[in-house]
Amino acid sequence: MGSLFSAKNKEVFSTPISMNNPVTVQVLGICSALAVTSKLEPAIVMGLSVTIITAFSNVVISLIRKTIPNRIRIIVQLVVVAALVTIVSELLKAFAYDVSVQLSVYVGLIITNCILMGRLEAFAMANGPWESCLDGLGNGLGYAKILVIVAFIRELLGSGTLLGFNILNYDAIKNAGYVNNGLMLMPPMALIIVACLIWYQRAKHKELQDNE
Amino acid sequence: MNTNSNSYTIIYASVLVIIVAFLLAFVNSSLRDLQGKNVELDTKKQILSSLGIKDTEDAESKFAEVVKSDMVVAEDGTLKPYEGTFITGYEKEFKENGRAHIFICDVDGETKYVIPVYGTGLWGAIWGYVALNEDKNTVFGTYFSHASETPGLGAEIAGEHFQNEFKGKNVMEGNAVGLGVVKNGKIEKPEYQVDGISGGTITSLAVDQMLKNCMGQYTKFLTTKE
Repeated sequence: MGSLFSAKNKEVFSTPISMNNPVTVQVLGICSALAVTSKLEPAIVMGLSVTIITAFSNVVISLIRKTIPNRIRIIVQLVVVAALVTIVSELLKAFAYDVSVQLSVYVGLIITNCILMGRLEAFAMANGPWESCLDGLGNGLGYAKILVIVAFIRELLGSGTLLGFNILNYDAIKNAGYVNNGLMLMPPMALIIVACLIWYQRAKHKELQDNE
Repeated sequence: MNTNSNSYTIIYASVLVIIVAFLLAFVNSSLRDLQGKNVELDTKKQILSSLGIKDTEDAESKFAEVVKSDMVVAEDGTLKPYEGTFITGYEKEFKENGRAHIFICDVDGETKYVIPVYGTGLWGAIWGYVALNEDKNTVFGTYFSHASETPGLGAEIAGEHFQNEFKGKNVMEGNAVGLGVVKNGKIEKPEYQVDGISGGTITSLAVDQMLKNCMGQYTKFLTTKE
């Protein structure tokens, strides 16, 4: 396993946040990027929940990876993820009721997040628990980063607020001819913003471009 | 050991499912009481919120102080006191036991009535509480919430801006509920109607339907003037 924070482990943690981002490079988890980013707050909570659950399920699957029958490995992964999500949701209801009310449907949505299945299948099935934990945290945070950027743009330009606080809804700004762009709150804008982020990242990094 | 044999696969799957089932059942039953208390406290907070009492430190004692009685409306419009445990699901309560609850409250010496309302939005359940003034006709305050409406659009019914629009509106128009929500910009009767949320028309109209359905159950009580 090597030392806990060897260069390789640091890389496992940091590449998903930037150069191998699950959303902008692997294009996974797009559906939830679309659903929860019209406001900043649910985007942050969703990002953190996915981070925690990806890390935990990665560790669990990594621990039992040698015993899993190959033919039903996807089912086993799904059962572990679903059980973890249900437990987290029950714990939230019991100890942090306000947060669970805010998250409502998003908790269930975590189960269907492709990033989770992707990491379990691609990483946790072949690596030890500690590396898998780092990989889960890194991918979760990479996902959260994109969600927060998209939600920031959409809430600011769509509603003129950030985390519910008023930023642009003042008479002086309105009188100058500025109006909130309602289109920003519609799902297609999430895809367009994600596409712009992908464009920006590929333009900046030559190694991400397709050589044709 | 051959992890690819049929018997291993079947046994593995069975054991895994049994472990997970027991784990989930254990978590659920050990947390149920705590969750029930949270739901009850949350319901009380929502009722207080419709009365304009928000961010209370101790919702439990504030509720006991403000809400004087939990009543059930009879067919003829009279109120009978409700004896029993505090109810959190008013839709189930009405459908299964035929009881429509109303809370008689006292806010700064004035009597207020709180009526629970419930319905279906675009994606899931919506519910709320409407507080009426002593005249049983003008709205004192409202609270709405939802299970899964679209954030930024339909979900705005849970925002204070939307809820405050109801203040001072009339409820009964003759013998029918006039209080309602119309598509944004289509108000015809400003003393009864509230502007819907632009982009959230289906949810807004669901709120309208909810108010008409649920408050309709109280028609006799609301139209009886003492």
